[in-house]
Amino acid sequence: MSILVVAEHVRGELRPVTLELISAARELGGPVAVAVLARDPSGFTDAVNVDGVDEILAVPIDQEEFENDVYQQVVERLIEERSPRAILLGFTVNAMAYGPALAAKLGLGFASDVFAVRDEAGALVAERSYYGAKVNGEVEFPGHDQVVLLLRATAWPPAEGSGAATVTEVAVPADGSRARHQGWVEVQAADVDITTADFLLSVGRGIGEKENLEQFEELAKTIGATLSVSRPIVDAGWMPSARQVGQSGKTVKPKVYLALGISGAVQHLAGMKTSGTIIAVNTDPEAAIFNVAHYGAVADLFEVAEELEKLY
Amino acid sequence: MKIVVCVKQVGALGDEVEFTEDERDVDPDYLDHALNEWDSYATEEALRVRDAAGDGEVVVVSAGDEDAEDAMRRALAMGADRGVRVWSQELAGADPITMARALAEVVRGESPDLVLCGVQSSDAVQAATGTALAELLGLPRVAVVTKLELGDGTATVHRELEGGLVDVVEVDTPCLLTIQTGINEPRYATLRAIKQAEQKEVEVREAGELGAPAARVRNMFVPPKGEGAEMIGGSSAEIARRIKEIVDERTAG
Ligand SMILES: Cc1cc2nc3c(=O)[nH]c(=O)nc-3n(C[C@H](O)[C@H](O)[C@H](O)COP(=O)(O)OP(=O)(O)OC[C@H]3O[C@@H](n4cnc5c(N)ncnc54)[C@H](O)[C@@H]3O)c2cc1C
Ligand SMILES: Nc1ncnc2c1ncn2[C@@H]1O[C@H](COP(=O)(O)O)[C@@H](O)[C@H]1O
Repeated sequence: MSILVVAEHVRGELRPVTLELISAARELGGPVAVAVLARDPSGFTDAVNVDGVDEILAVPIDQEEFENDVYQQVVERLIEERSPRAILLGFTVNAMAYGPALAAKLGLGFASDVFAVRDEAGALVAERSYYGAKVNGEVEFPGHDQVVLLLRATAWPPAEGSGAATVTEVAVPADGSRARHQGWVEVQAADVDITTADFLLSVGRGIGEKENLEQFEELAKTIGATLSVSRPIVDAGWMPSARQVGQSGKTVKPKVYLALGISGAVQHLAGMKTSGTIIAVNTDPEAAIFNVAHYGAVADLFEVAEELEKLY
Repeated sequence: MKIVVCVKQVGALGDEVEFTEDERDVDPDYLDHALNEWDSYATEEALRVRDAAGDGEVVVVSAGDEDAEDAMRRALAMGADRGVRVWSQELAGADPITMARALAEVVRGESPDLVLCGVQSSDAVQAATGTALAELLGLPRVAVVTKLELGDGTATVHRELEGGLVDVVEVDTPCLLTIQTGINEPRYATLRAIKQAEQKEVEVREAGELGAPAARVRNMFVPPKGEGAEMIGGSSAEIARRIKEIVDERTAG
């Protein structure tokens, strides 16, 4: 039975997660089909024609950008026609808006934020985490021979190499869309670019109060670092979004990433886990950040900050 | 204007963990419970919509056991009007599609003008229940919403993509939205409001037919520590000195 991957693209660019999904599909085995839904699918067929892809399903749609009703209808139809054993989508904002709906409507197996999949004697087993990534779980899909899986970005390496996939054009008549793309709000230009800094001092909710932020702005200056933050600091309006590291913020890769009071949620790690050297300070010895850190200290961040300040 | 908000009581682990006997979940004694962070933003947004409309009702719906009423009471203390809790033993540790089926029954009965969920629950991180629920209710939906403006028969919302890119979407109403943190500033419930919330109505219902689960946790375990971090011990002063050493070495040149 085949594996169906749905390509993701935004503003004319293929999202890298697509190639990671292809790697996961190859790993599972079975013919791999990649569906490309676009006004002009041919614009993406070369990019997804990588080693391991057997067929590209080119589905012309009226919409330039993602709209969840359209994706759901098309993928539903492809599932009916092709009976794939697994439908692989990214654990992305787009897929969150239709993947679970597919499973609910068609009665398929479902799991999201999956970072490993195995075939055990013909049955799929997925791995995901729970409780702030402190615990992992193996998930099975009893009674389902078709499953929708939303796979964690960067958990698989991107597929490479040129492929020899056949391209099949598939026409799917789609109804109108009830949630329509109107336009984009550009990410605001900022006075700081955290993506080019060699040394980031990054603070999270562990700093507690807005009043405490100033001392870390000072500390960053003193130690020659650029200040970055986790999402809750931006949500609270304490810092502009240009300073946010993570999936919905910036992806950074400094030489040193010093994280104070950041738990290490998957969406934060997505933006910093490839940093050269990661140092984490957290009072919780089980914080998930320690799984990606190279150096860790179980300590109060304020005390460490105070001592650090003295050394410069 | 009737708005339903789906709220979940989530569990957070401290630095110790034990599993239940069947190893399918964490022993609840090791969990601290709270209202899911995303759901407090969804509740706040619902209150704002209700208050801007001038009349209406915010109904919080939760699938959970009796303990989960604590989270519902939080939302009620923020200002929601009443609650409906649905439960059956089969829902313990259930997958998000099954949860959505249990919620759908209740939400359908309310015939709301707007349904709000959180983007995700912090303990399960499925980011799926809302979208599945929208499908079961036949509602248009938008996931990961950071701004909401209601119009006549439609709403204009911001949908936040990876990298912070914002997609402006026009959605037909009634609809279901999954709310992202940062959309507003959730109000604190005063002690008085918390007391008053005790008096608000919470109806309890038995879940009906749930159908076959979409997934089942086979076992949970503490992930094997990979290479892991080299831990720096000692006093804060020693930790700071070591950090400076590492920074100097790694940023040199
Ligand atoms: C679609 C989506 C996109 C997202 N995008 C991002 C993103 O781009 N970036 C991002 O960061 N998050 C993002 N998130 C949010 C993410 O899921 C987490 O909620 C967030 O990363 C948590 O931030 P935190 O670690 O600062 O806070 P928490 O998880 O609350 O962690 C605070 C930590 O501080 C520690 N601490 C407390 N006091 C002290 C002390 N005195 N000394 C030392 N340590 C202390 C605690 O032990 C804890 O580990 C996104 C979520 C979604 C759903
Ligand atoms: N048991 C539940 N009761 C009520 N709402 C829930 C429940 N589980 C999930 N939700 C809703 O679905 C959202 C996403 O949760 P999840 O799909 O578990 O990540 C939450 O923020 C809630 O709004």
